[in-house]
Amino acid sequence: MTKKSISKILLYFILTLGGIIMIVPFLWMIVTALKTGSETAKIPPTLIPQNPQWGNFIKAWNAAPFLRYFLNSTFVMIVTTIGQIITTILGAFAFARLEFYGKKTIFILCMATMMVPSEMLIIPNFVTLSKLGMINTYAALIVPWLASFFAVFTLRQTFMTIPDELYYAAKIDGTSDWYFLWRIIVPLSKSTIVALATLEMIGSWNSFMWPMIATNSDKMRTLPVGLSAFTTDAGTQYQLLMAASTIIVIPMIVIYVFLQKYIIAGVTRSGLKG
Amino acid sequence: MIKQKPSAKSTLIAFLYLSPMLIIIGTFYLYPIVMSFAMSFYTKYNFYTNKVSEVGLSNFVTIWTDPDFIEALKNTIIFVVGVVPLSVIIALVIAILLNKINFAAGFFKTVYFLPFVTSTVAISLIWQWIYNSQYGLLDAFLGIFGIKPIDWLNDPHWAMTALIIMTIWQGLGFNIILFLAGLSNIDKRYEQVAQIDGANTWQRFRYITIPLLSPMTFLVSVTSIISGFKVFDQIFVLFGGNPGPGKSTLTLVFYLYEKFYTEWKYGIAAAAGVVLFTLTLIITVIQVWYSKRHVHYV
Repeated sequence: MTKKSISKILLYFILTLGGIIMIVPFLWMIVTALKTGSETAKIPPTLIPQNPQWGNFIKAWNAAPFLRYFLNSTFVMIVTTIGQIITTILGAFAFARLEFYGKKTIFILCMATMMVPSEMLIIPNFVTLSKLGMINTYAALIVPWLASFFAVFTLRQTFMTIPDELYYAAKIDGTSDWYFLWRIIVPLSKSTIVALATLEMIGSWNSFMWPMIATNSDKMRTLPVGLSAFTTDAGTQYQLLMAASTIIVIPMIVIYVFLQKYIIAGVTRSGLKG
Repeated sequence: MIKQKPSAKSTLIAFLYLSPMLIIIGTFYLYPIVMSFAMSFYTKYNFYTNKVSEVGLSNFVTIWTDPDFIEALKNTIIFVVGVVPLSVIIALVIAILLNKINFAAGFFKTVYFLPFVTSTVAISLIWQWIYNSQYGLLDAFLGIFGIKPIDWLNDPHWAMTALIIMTIWQGLGFNIILFLAGLSNIDKRYEQVAQIDGANTWQRFRYITIPLLSPMTFLVSVTSIISGFKVFDQIFVLFGGNPGPGKSTLTLVFYLYEKFYTEWKYGIAAAAGVVLFTLTLIITVIQVWYSKRHVHYV
């Protein structure tokens, strides 16, 4: 065997080993979700469920208002994402194309918000929303996330790569800014917009600290908060906890598999913001 | 770009475009930044009437003399020091290996990146089960090698290690993607030239890949440090709403959360927030300073 093929084998061996470490927790989640309560307490643990308990998913689903959590999460995710994309497109267009007084000052002020840890803002935001009577409503879960300057900044960079000639040509043809934005710029920037939307969907679906603080009734909980609360009821019934975890994990894995290209492009950009 | 001069009319139009975003950013980002600094000086504050009857520095004195806060600060730094170097090195190695293969590269990327799209709550629950001292997978696996069961989550000596292992596992994919982006920006000709000159694999790695990748390595480290400062969700779920056995995983944000949400001490929580902000600011300033001086940009 040549030296080259030995190193190739070693390479794949290391990557496979790493891959196994990455995937095992997910497999273990599904395996446990299919066990009976007594089988989860076997020593040593059984690697394949002796008698797959598909009913565990239904049991877990009914053990807490997961339908409600699921609908809350979905509703919040959809509204937040659509809203954020609209405010982002409008804001990015103004910063990329329009001239106005105070442009630089506003831009720098907004840039400053990107380096502030959002955990710090939870306290005043909680106070603001309480004063507005919005705690424990959908508004509390949605409104603060309707704009993200990171998204505006990213999209502005994309908008700025669109040649000026296109804009002036459209102007000469008598096209309004509004029409130009939605009919020409937005379609040309589709991949950035989809990347931002996907990242926001994942972020919204998985967010935990804010929804936990901003809601106080079972009816308003999102899936992560509901799942966390469910641990108190389920106790050590790990087969049910794992079944519930599977239910919350699957939708994002599906989105991920379909939109992987955009997610990776988005993450690369989000990392590059520094 | 041909610059047009702003006019009253163009400003008005621009603000129509900007206003939805500005209202949200202003209300939920800019205003609270100012407010959290202000609140950190509120020493007597009535939430219900929104009346501040006393201001001063006593919140900062309180946290600096609070052993819990010092513990939280210490734990946060231990956490960052435990996670960041290991995570960066492992991600770098895997990214370089992934960059060398064609077959199944996409599949591996998908697998390594999976935890990033997964809810931290679900991930923490899975690991809580893996770390279980009686029926957990990890102890059963270690038992094969004759290692005695470790009570990962209830033993104060191991809780932080358990948290660090899980966090590295979870964040690996994100760092790998960034490294892959950095690697794809390196011109392949550098390596080809070095190869012609007789440089071996290690030499090419050491003298070409590493220096040319240094801006990305630096960026990944900074991003990881900053997100490490903010760790909360994992701890909350992994230890069932507690900051670990004997407060061994009490971190800065967990301290902030406890003061704010369970003890309703807004001023003290805000002061802890200001400390968090300062730490982030220091790292950001170092980043700006360092990247101006040392990073080799291609």
